[in-house]
Amino acid sequence: MTLVFGVFLLTLLVIVAVAIVRSTNLFAAVMLSGIFSLLMAVNFFLLDAADVALTEAAVGAGVATVLFLSALALTAEHEQVRPGGAALQWLPLVVAFATGGLLIYATFQNPVIGDPNAPVHQHVAPWYLENTPELIDIPNVVTAVLGSFRGFDTLGEVFVVFTAGIGVLSILGLRHTLVEMTSAEIDARQRSLRHHLIPRVVGRGMVPFILLFALYVQFHGEYSPGGGFQAGAIAAAAIILYSLLEGDDRGRALVPEWLLQIMVASGALLFGGVGVVCMLLGGSFLDYSVLAEVPSEGQHLGLLLIELGVGITVSGVLLTVFHAFARRASR
Amino acid sequence: MGVVELISFVLMTAGGFCVFVGGVGVLRMPDLYTRMHAASVTDTAGLFLVATGLMLHAGWSLPLFKLVAILVFLLVTSPTAAYALANAAMLSGHPPAGVRDETVPSAGRDGETP
Amino acid sequence: MEFLALYNYWVFAVLLLIGLYAVVAKVNLVKRLIGLSIFQGAVFLLYISMDKVEGGTAPIFQTADGAGVFSNPLPQVLILTAIVVGIATTALGLAVVVRIREEYGTVEEDVIEDMDADS
Repeated sequence: MTLVFGVFLLTLLVIVAVAIVRSTNLFAAVMLSGIFSLLMAVNFFLLDAADVALTEAAVGAGVATVLFLSALALTAEHEQVRPGGAALQWLPLVVAFATGGLLIYATFQNPVIGDPNAPVHQHVAPWYLENTPELIDIPNVVTAVLGSFRGFDTLGEVFVVFTAGIGVLSILGLRHTLVEMTSAEIDARQRSLRHHLIPRVVGRGMVPFILLFALYVQFHGEYSPGGGFQAGAIAAAAIILYSLLEGDDRGRALVPEWLLQIMVASGALLFGGVGVVCMLLGGSFLDYSVLAEVPSEGQHLGLLLIELGVGITVSGVLLTVFHAFARRASR
Repeated sequence: MGVVELISFVLMTAGGFCVFVGGVGVLRMPDLYTRMHAASVTDTAGLFLVATGLMLHAGWSLPLFKLVAILVFLLVTSPTAAYALANAAMLSGHPPAGVRDETVPSAGRDGETP
Repeated sequence: MEFLALYNYWVFAVLLLIGLYAVVAKVNLVKRLIGLSIFQGAVFLLYISMDKVEGGTAPIFQTADGAGVFSNPLPQVLILTAIVVGIATTALGLAVVVRIREEYGTVEEDVIEDMDADS
């Protein structure tokens, strides 16, 4: 039954992807890519990847759609259609089909889906599953691997996110003088939902609950699907929703830019700082066992702190990026 | 199979049928507003039925309360989303089918921008 | 149902094909970034398809000693971070596209190339 469901969803995924590429209306393409992400999240869930599904739903369907839409507001909503341009282009098509054909040919060598004897299940992963109860003592193995066993890797990823945030800021301008506008002018320019009573009332009611859920995902991530990456994206989505409803200026008043800049830097700093403290206490870098008397309690403390750092940086970067685009639109 | 299980499966099947009818409506209706009407009404009914069925299935446990929360949030947000979509369509100048252009106000009352 | 045992991998290949076509053939830069995110999605699907173990559940222990059959946590960890890094790099790409639009007044690559050739 699950197989039939999976095949159905995967086929839908392909249909949506074709529709995205065929559509010349970019607005429709962005909306379809939101659906694509949501379908992808359901597929991940069917494949037992609850943490990844949560991340994909929050990031892909939520934040990415908003970012693409705010970029569309600054560029053009339609692809320029040329004479004969809507037709398929043969050379790229041949290249793409050759690549796809080769990959499909290669898959016949792959072990079937779900085969417990597949090579990927033979090394490293069984060790993680075996030793997590003893060494880390938390139920969610994904969080244990992410934060502790492969903490160095995650630190790198956090710094990639951090660097991308800095990159967007340096391309779209860190500061600029806002022209003094009357509130009517701001209302007209912002294109916010401030005059739409029903979405505004309902949306404002949602924001605290979304933030609460973000906190649950953040601090319950060691026991259920969740963690800093997901919580950061969900928290950012809550503030972005508020900014969309009330206008970007009020969103910036709620979480001011200086605070965002501190968040972006301090989260990454907290992650790295925990590693350095571990070294000062006589362990190796990011070896949390030395943080407390009992090694597993030290691991708990370390995981809590680094997940917090990840959450702060991710939400800070996503909000910074959103404001950088929205501010351009309102100028 | 107990009575509760049976009721839960009946409810979930009915919910699935509602969503299916909504899908047919989206394909068959003539214009955006009737399509949206088909989708949003059946969606809300289907959601309610499926969620109630799942709650009966879950029994007194943590998932029950999560399902209640999901149901409440979706019952509030999905009509709002339908409203916002219809309003946006109206504002960007899509008159309902079968209505002549001059009878359509240029902007929705609630969503009028100054 | 035996022939469907590799279906996930085929969908991966087809999605990759579609994403690659969008990246190579489309001249609109925003559309290219959307194509790139389809391409990314295909890779995510490949990794997550590999983690499935028949009869297993999500790798979250239900008992203290960790008994039971679980899917492979390692690909999940890799993809979880990759999704967030993916959105960050997409945002960077969009920022570049917005700057290009401000300088050239268009995001169609062939028009931009013509403008560059003229100047």
